[in-house]
Order: sequence, then structure tokens, then C-alpha cells
Amino acid sequence: MLYREAGQFKTSYSADQGIFPILQDRIGMAIILAVAFVAVPMVASDYFLSTIFIPFLVFSVAAIGLNILTGYCGQLSLGTGGFMACGAYAAYKFATAFPELNIVIVFLLSGGISAAVGVVFGVPSLRIKGFYLAVATLASQFFLIWLFTKVPWFVNYSPSGVISAPPRAVFGWYVTGIEATAEAKYLFCLTFVAVLALVAKNLVRGRIGRAWMAIRDMDIAAEIIGIRPLQTKLLAFAVSSFYCGVAGALWAFIYTSSVEALAFDINRSFQILFMIIIGGLGSILGAFLGAAFIVLLPIFLSAVPQAMGVPVTTSTLAHLEFMIFGGLIVFFLIVEPHGLARLWQLGKEKLRLWPFPH
Amino acid sequence: MDFAIDFLFEPLKEIWEFPIFFVEVVVGGILTGVMYSLVALGFVLIFKASGVFNFAQGAMVLCAALTFVGFHELGVPQWLSLILTLGVMVALAFAIERIVLRPLVNQAPIILFMATIGITFFIDGFFQMVWGEDVKRLDIGIPKEPLEIGGVLVNTFDIVAALVAGTLVGVLAFFFQSTRIGRALRAVADDHQAAQSVGIPLQTIWVIVWSVAGIVALVAGIMWGSKLGVQFSLALIALKALPVLILGGFTSIPGAIIGGLIIGVGEKVAEVFWAAKIGGGIEDWFAYILALFFLMFRPQGLFGERIIERV
Repeated sequence: MLYREAGQFKTSYSADQGIFPILQDRIGMAIILAVAFVAVPMVASDYFLSTIFIPFLVFSVAAIGLNILTGYCGQLSLGTGGFMACGAYAAYKFATAFPELNIVIVFLLSGGISAAVGVVFGVPSLRIKGFYLAVATLASQFFLIWLFTKVPWFVNYSPSGVISAPPRAVFGWYVTGIEATAEAKYLFCLTFVAVLALVAKNLVRGRIGRAWMAIRDMDIAAEIIGIRPLQTKLLAFAVSSFYCGVAGALWAFIYTSSVEALAFDINRSFQILFMIIIGGLGSILGAFLGAAFIVLLPIFLSAVPQAMGVPVTTSTLAHLEFMIFGGLIVFFLIVEPHGLARLWQLGKEKLRLWPFPH
Repeated sequence: MDFAIDFLFEPLKEIWEFPIFFVEVVVGGILTGVMYSLVALGFVLIFKASGVFNFAQGAMVLCAALTFVGFHELGVPQWLSLILTLGVMVALAFAIERIVLRPLVNQAPIILFMATIGITFFIDGFFQMVWGEDVKRLDIGIPKEPLEIGGVLVNTFDIVAALVAGTLVGVLAFFFQSTRIGRALRAVADDHQAAQSVGIPLQTIWVIVWSVAGIVALVAGIMWGSKLGVQFSLALIALKALPVLILGGFTSIPGAIIGGLIIGVGEKVAEVFWAAKIGGGIEDWFAYILALFFLMFRPQGLFGERIIERV
């Protein structure tokens, strides 16, 4: 009844091709944005902002990045962590080498650097396919982390090997460093995420996105209908690494403020892969849902036994978390292999008819 | 320029001057490579028979070793705990087939791959919770003294490990080539639907394959466990086996062996002669880069089935 497009007529092509052709979707999106930009920073405490909302946003960017590569272009990658590290270290080098450079530009530049690195590691994808490629991308993961750990130039010769975000301001508000408030960090992150998500959404529903999907579904057939596999695959690697790089920079500068290369180890790559599988492959919404799920799950898992008053040692808890995590992934895959985004789609179908049976 | 000379020529000079040392390094690499092959074998078995890229193989190695040591520490004699562990591995195979694989039949390979990552987490958590997470010593009575053969120093333990791996491969080859079940396994590997249509029960075959992979994991777990001690890092051995796997090809048992040898030797030689020049610690990634290099020329691995694509 409420969610029904009946009576909404389009009178121009541009209206027909809008991102949200249905009025209710537009209203819904406006509400979500309003809540995210206004209500959340007003209501949520600093603790909530910095332990739930900011990591959620950072992970969403990374998940969108991986989803472009794996979900849309079909190239399974296990090197996400390496590209995130690349973005984080590039941002650090830019920010310390050019202190007067605006932090937004620093982040975009660091995304560009990781895009370039991504293209280099994407070259084998032209020869190697499927799981062979997945394992080959591990090379980038291990090599990049090794590089950032071993070469002192990347950490400006700091003996601890840890990079700390220098304080930087946008419009007079500190967004990194000690003086930055959680609200400022959150809003900065959120703006980045909103813009990047919009760009990604438009990329994947346009010509480029269709080319990616054609490559994913069958690369030889795509080649025959005139899509260039070289450019298309490398573009997917570049865009994906750009997103991962920005996510890494956001992680290092906004979320944790100081970080070492080990924060981007192989477990990080798997974590992001889980997000897009649980959220839904080939869906921007899925990246957000998956990120929310993976961020909230450990918090939920550690809060439940405490709330129930069950005494559990920390090591048992860690193992239990592992078990439940693994179990849930298997459960989700069995129940809905197409992820949470698919559930939302099914829900929308139902909503269209509600409350009538037909 | 100095660096280039240092990097390109110095190690070669070193090799030229001390050939015995080089041979020692190569032999050491071969023996380590055999240990990698042991883990890679488990991957190959499952991939061949069901097309599932089983990421959980590393976790299975850990779980087999933990269970074996765990029973032994409870006072069970070694031969009995070996049998008990075999039982656990078979039970695990049954459970995985029943709970995970059966509902996921006909799903995309990436979904099954993800499911095995889920299994990895579960097994890691579960078996460490049951048996504890401290490092356990595992002694199966293999001497670890160095042995001199023709002027080359070799570790006795490594020789025994290589022999064990060789025997295992021999047994597996016999099992695959000359038994009824082995024939059925090869049929399933070839073509699921054709195998099913001549009356081979797929689900039983999968249980058998996962059990065999579990047994291979047990052997690998015992060997690696007595080398490094039984602890969580055993599960990470899987990451060392992956380059071996892509180098040799996912579907080839000899490939796993040859791949292991190439990776083992390449890694050892690079580590001894080159690593110090670029900061050391290269063992994490060198094998991957090496495998990647080979893959550029043969994208399906050295012995993998040729990928034929049709539109």
C-alpha cells in the first residue's frame, strides 16, 4: 500500500533513468541521509560513534571497493588488506611531506596511488582466472605488507614502525589527530562514504558497470561482443583499489589515528570478503549491510554472555566468537547465498503487495 | 648500481665458491618442499573430487594434530590416539558433508569456497576450545640429529618426513588407480553428472574424499607438529601450501609434489642468498611471487587440466 509505484509516470528519459525512480525510495533515502548526517551525531555518544559508526563507514568503503572487483567484475581478490595498507601509507607520506595539502586531496591522492598499485597486481588477471587468481592476489597482500614493514622510508624512519595521523583540519574543524572530536570525524567519514557510494552506484549502472558484469558472467563472450577485457579488468582493479586505498587512509587517519602494517593483514582481507558475501555480491547496498553485520556481530557476541551473567574466560570467548562467526557464515550461505541485499529485495517485493495478498 | 651488483652477482659468486653449501641449501629446500606438498595434497584431493577449493585444509591439519596430542596427553597410548584421531577426522568429514556441502549443492564455487572459510573459523575455534591453546610438544620418536651424506649435512627428521610423504603419495596413487573406490573418485572428478548417472553415489564419495583429506591432514599435522610444536600457527601452514597448489595445478597430485619441491627450493635459496640484501623476512611472499611467475606462462599451473573455454 505504502510502497507502490502505481501512478508515478515518467515523462522524460532522465527521470526514467534516475537512481531512485520510485518516490518512496527517494523519501527513504532522504530520511536515511538526514538521520545519518543530523540525528546520529546529535544522539550517539562519542563511544558509539568511534567504535561502531566510524568503523562501519570505513568498512563500507572497503566493501564497496571489493564488491566492484569481485561482485561486479567477478575477479575474486584476497588482497584487499594490502591495498588498504597502500592507501594508509600513501596518505601518511603525502600528509607528512606536504603539510599544507588539504586532507581531502591527500585521501584522494592516496586512493590514486593504490589504484596504480592495484593495476600492477591486476595485470596477471588477464592470464589467470578463478581460484588461481584468488591465490595469486595473496601475493599482493603479503608483498605489500612486507614492504611497509621492512622499508623504513614508508614510516618516515620511525623506530616503532607505527604511523600516526598528523592533525589536519577541514573548514577549520579538526578531523584527524587528538583534537578532532568524534562528531567531526564521523561527519567527515560520512561525507566521504556518501559521495563515494554515489559514484560507485552510478559507475555500476552505467556502461562501465555493464562491461564489468559482462566480463563477470563470461569473459570470452564479452570479448566477442566488443568489450575489451584488458581495459575493463584493469579498470575494475583500479577503481576497486582506489576505494580500498581510501578506506585504508580513512582507517589509519580517522578510525584508529595510528596504525601499523599488521592491521591490514590477511584477516582484514577475509573480513571484507565476508562482508560482501554476507551483504550480497554485486550490490552496493549489500556492501553496507555486510559491513554493518560484520561490525556489529563481534560486539553483539561479546555483549550477550556478559548481559546474561555467564562467566566466560576471555580465551574461551575468543574461541566461541570464532565458532559462532564461522557457523553463522555457513548458516547464511545455506539460507541465502545471495546475501542480505537479496533479502531486502524480496522484502520490497512483498511490500509492494502489502497488505493485499495479490 | 652498487646495489644491483651486490644483488645480482654477489650471491652467484657465493654459490660458485661454496658449492657444498649450495647443495645443502637445495636439499634442505627439497625436504621442506615435501612438507609443503603434504599439506597441498589435501587441497588437491578435495578439489579434484568435488571442485571445492577447501580453505579449511589448514584448519584440519591443526585439528588433527591437536586431537592427536590431546588424546596422548590424556594418557592414551600413541597408536590408540592415532586411531581415535582418524575416527575424529572421519566424523568431521561426515559432519561437513551433511551439514555444509549437502545444502549447498549446485551453488557457485565462490559460495562453497566461502563456506569452507566458515568451516575454518569453526574448526579453529572449536578444537582450540576443546584442547586448549598452549603450545604442545609432539614427539613421535624421530631423531633430529644432522646426518652427513656425501659431505652434505641433512636433518634426519626431514629425511623421515620426506619418506613419509613419499609413502603417502604412493598409497594415494595406488588407492586412486587400483581400487574400486579410487575409480569412482576419478569418475566423479571427471564429470559429476556422468558419474551419478552410472550409479556412483556422490554424497558417499564426498564423505570418502573429505575423510582421505582428513587423513592426509593428520599425517601433515603430525609431521609439522613434531617439527614446530602443536599450536595455532599450524593452521597458517595452509597459506604456505597455496602457492604450491597454484604452481602445480589444483587438480594434479604429482603437481602438488613438484610444486612443493620448486617452492621449497626456490624459497630456501632466495632466503639464504638474497633475503638479507633486501631486509629479510621474505618467506611470506616469495613463494607467491614465484608461483605467479610460473602462472604467467601456464595459467592452469604446471600440471593442471588445460582450461578449455567455449562460448
